[in-house]
Amino acid sequence: MGLETKAGDLGVVTTSLETVVNWGRTNAMWPLLFGLACCAIEMMGAQGANYDLSRFGMEINRASPRQADLIIVAGRVSRKMAPVIRRLYDQMSEPKWVIAMGDCASCGGVFNNYAIVQGVDEVIPVDVYVAGCPPRPEALIDGIVQLHKKVERMKLDGTLRDRTPIHV
Amino acid sequence: MTTIDRTLSVPSPKSITAPALAGKTDTMVLNMGPHHPSTHGVLRLVVELDGETVVNVAPDVGFLHTGIEKNMEFKTYQQAVVMTDRTDYLAPLSNNLSYVLAVEKLLACEVPERATVARVLLVELQRISSHLVWLGTHALDLAAMSVFLYGFREREQILDIFEMVSGARMMTSYFRVGGLAYDLPSDFLPTVKALLDIMPGRIDEYEDLLTNNTIWQERTIGIGAIDSAAAIQYGYTGPGLRATGIDWDLRKDMPYCGYETYDFAVPIASNGDIYDRYLVRVAEMRESVKIARQAWQRLKDMGPGAFVTNDRKVAPPPKTEITHSMESLIHHFKLWTEGFKPPRGDAIAAIESPRGELATYIVSDGGPKPYRVHLRTPSFINLQALPHMAKGQLVADLVALIASMDPVLGEVDR
Amino acid sequence: MIDHETLLARLQATFGDAVTSAPAMRSGESVFHVASDRIADVALWLRDDSEFAFTFLENLCGVDYLGRTPRFEVVYHLLSMKHRQRICLKVGVAEAKPHLPTLTGVWQTANYQEREAYDMFGIVFDGHPNPERILMPDDWHGHPQRKDVPLGYEEVAFSINDEQIYARKPFAQE
Repeated sequence: MGLETKAGDLGVVTTSLETVVNWGRTNAMWPLLFGLACCAIEMMGAQGANYDLSRFGMEINRASPRQADLIIVAGRVSRKMAPVIRRLYDQMSEPKWVIAMGDCASCGGVFNNYAIVQGVDEVIPVDVYVAGCPPRPEALIDGIVQLHKKVERMKLDGTLRDRTPIHV
Repeated sequence: MTTIDRTLSVPSPKSITAPALAGKTDTMVLNMGPHHPSTHGVLRLVVELDGETVVNVAPDVGFLHTGIEKNMEFKTYQQAVVMTDRTDYLAPLSNNLSYVLAVEKLLACEVPERATVARVLLVELQRISSHLVWLGTHALDLAAMSVFLYGFREREQILDIFEMVSGARMMTSYFRVGGLAYDLPSDFLPTVKALLDIMPGRIDEYEDLLTNNTIWQERTIGIGAIDSAAAIQYGYTGPGLRATGIDWDLRKDMPYCGYETYDFAVPIASNGDIYDRYLVRVAEMRESVKIARQAWQRLKDMGPGAFVTNDRKVAPPPKTEITHSMESLIHHFKLWTEGFKPPRGDAIAAIESPRGELATYIVSDGGPKPYRVHLRTPSFINLQALPHMAKGQLVADLVALIASMDPVLGEVDR
Repeated sequence: MIDHETLLARLQATFGDAVTSAPAMRSGESVFHVASDRIADVALWLRDDSEFAFTFLENLCGVDYLGRTPRFEVVYHLLSMKHRQRICLKVGVAEAKPHLPTLTGVWQTANYQEREAYDMFGIVFDGHPNPERILMPDDWHGHPQRKDVPLGYEEVAFSINDEQIYARKPFAQE
């Protein structure tokens, strides 16, 4: 007969502050409404009824970067678009995460030429890379789940922010 | 009240921002940035406003420029098919078809009947899936979100069919020079039949939600009209041109892939406004189902057969033949290491994509890689008509206008 | 169907030797070479002629034939909806002075396509209302689709050379 059972009967949950904060962050992570090219259509498909992203808390895409936590760079980043992405990333408030969706955002993809930035990690730091051209909605969901696991490991003091990227 | 200049013209962003910077104060210049929820991709619009009325609008494109045309000069003809998928990413099979038809004209290559009929069937399914995305996003922009969810439900079924034939949902690269990449699988015909049987009922559902809906009509009837003479001047093709009253559809007027043997109608409207473009596209979905049914019947009657040309200099031999025929092995080797070499010259092939007239112009210098490929993409040309349609409308109508023009920015910028 | 000889005869009757015949395209369209200073007049005549009625400008693009004189070529495809036929006009443009009259006075649709030819090849269209870059950023130097401009290829990273490549790659910091 430990304290846990007594507390459980009274409806009290004990946990650490970090776990609660990270639980809140993962379960309601709002992505920025940001689709560039073909991967955006698969992202829309993932948002649709068949592969529902709302079960991960991503029902609404916020159009304003100031209200978004997550930027899913879906599509190829051209040289003209790179400063725009940097400015959007800077406008997002902490904590913020980045998923590079698809081959073009991860490494330039099929297009190894003058017009495409070879990987969005040359412009903004990336947390999760999702491979595919375009990645299936299930692959994107796998990337999101991996990101959630990464966020759950985050520390609260801010200095031990885990920046090692995950490759899906 | 500022008078609006209605002469036909296509402004550039500098022509709007330069007078404003020099001190013009009777109008306001607003930036609808490359990042905007309703611009269907990375399109930047510089809008000159008098209160809420649009005086002038200049599209600024190039935010998705990928250098596809130059990149194709560094790939062999067969490898370059992959690049064409990614221009109009809502209808990749249409792009494949346009490119592959142009190369086949260069080569004067024969394509087996079964491959041609399968191409027609898949392109019409692609047209339906592209119009479903258009309908979903158009309704979403005007705040009718349920149509988006319903449309994507059918689209998933069509994407499942593409995955069944080629392995990929979107960027299939299924049409190759000479025919198809792989043979049609055995459960292709039953699955397509199941989809085509339910499709007309689903299109009725979408029409139920929107066509006689008062709010939809108030936001679309009489807005953004363009007359047919201006449309021809701007090079506007596709459902938008047919909504102004001109009966021009490449499938009927300059047929390719045997379209002259299929029985279908071309929907026309007369006012050229957003509502008419909506009606034309929904009717086109029904016509596509009709064409697909006829193609399905032909495939069923034809039975199994060749899916790619017999010319071994163009299409690789089947793997079983390579083990016992020296010539097949050599052909396979030459095709994979070097690629086929069309004779010198140039060719153009135009098809009716869901957005309008998509043409591929290829110049060959006799080598294994194309010398120059130019994609005449409909969205790039159609975008020039946007200022004409937007002048005098309200800012909120601009959103509905862009949605009704159905631009795909990958196609605009290439 | 308008046949090549009839059209050539009518064009040469009006424009003399500014229009010459060329071999047809492999897809069957008739091709005419037009002198660069007369292209706007020829296009206007073809558009307004009631018998031929080439009312639609389908395609306008540039091609770089490096090593040939003239170096550049601008290709126009005109469509006659009445006859359901397409023809091709080709204009040679010299490298030293790549100027050509604009067709925006004849068709508004030439606007963006001429801007793209300027951006990609450096061919200047005299009289164009907005002669600016359209696809590349405004401060870009050079014309990317010319044959003497490289593709801008980045070395592909495999496990044998990825360390060296990632050391040089400009990854974004926080």
